[in-house]
Amino acid sequence: MNSISIILFIIGVGFDLFGCIGLIRLPDVYNRLQSATKCVTLGTCSILLGLFVQYGFTAVGIKALIAIPLLFFSSTVSAHALIRGAYKFGIKLTDKTVVDDYKELHKQRGE
Amino acid sequence: MISILLYILIGLSFLCFVRVVLGPSIADRMVAIEIFGILVVGICVLLVVKTGRLFLIDVAIAWILLSFIGVVTLAKYLTRKRLDE
Repeated sequence: MNSISIILFIIGVGFDLFGCIGLIRLPDVYNRLQSATKCVTLGTCSILLGLFVQYGFTAVGIKALIAIPLLFFSSTVSAHALIRGAYKFGIKLTDKTVVDDYKELHKQRGE
Repeated sequence: MISILLYILIGLSFLCFVRVVLGPSIADRMVAIEIFGILVVGICVLLVVKTGRLFLIDVAIAWILLSFIGVVTLAKYLTRKRLDE
């Protein structure tokens, strides 16, 4: 068992843990997505990198290396689409929000 | 060691289901389902290391793509438009 891969696994699970705590604790959907998507995506990318370190340039290692950009781009794009849909659906921001720049743009477009 | 990490990840996916049950709006539930999909990818990768069954990495890649398609379709549903607009 390679110790570098074990360290990468532990870092990844730690990032996942903090992302899920943010998913439970934060007040509204925008904050939750902002916390959870970034932490969990980077944590899972770290776990995949640990698998690549352990297996090297075999079939499994190459597949893990391919899965990293796939996960990165698909997760960020789907998070963006989801949060835009949530804003257009009319879900309210939390009371502690300081600034909402998207509101004026939204009115200008007449949507 | 890998077993402990696997148990932590499985517990975290139950936390996502807590958010699915509690979530006040539909978008909260969709966020939780997306995060659950990413966590399952991590569980599959750790199962590759623990059991040595190498096909599980293919399951992980397929799960990434299916989760992406599902979440984008549901987000399009939230904007109340058709899929080709």
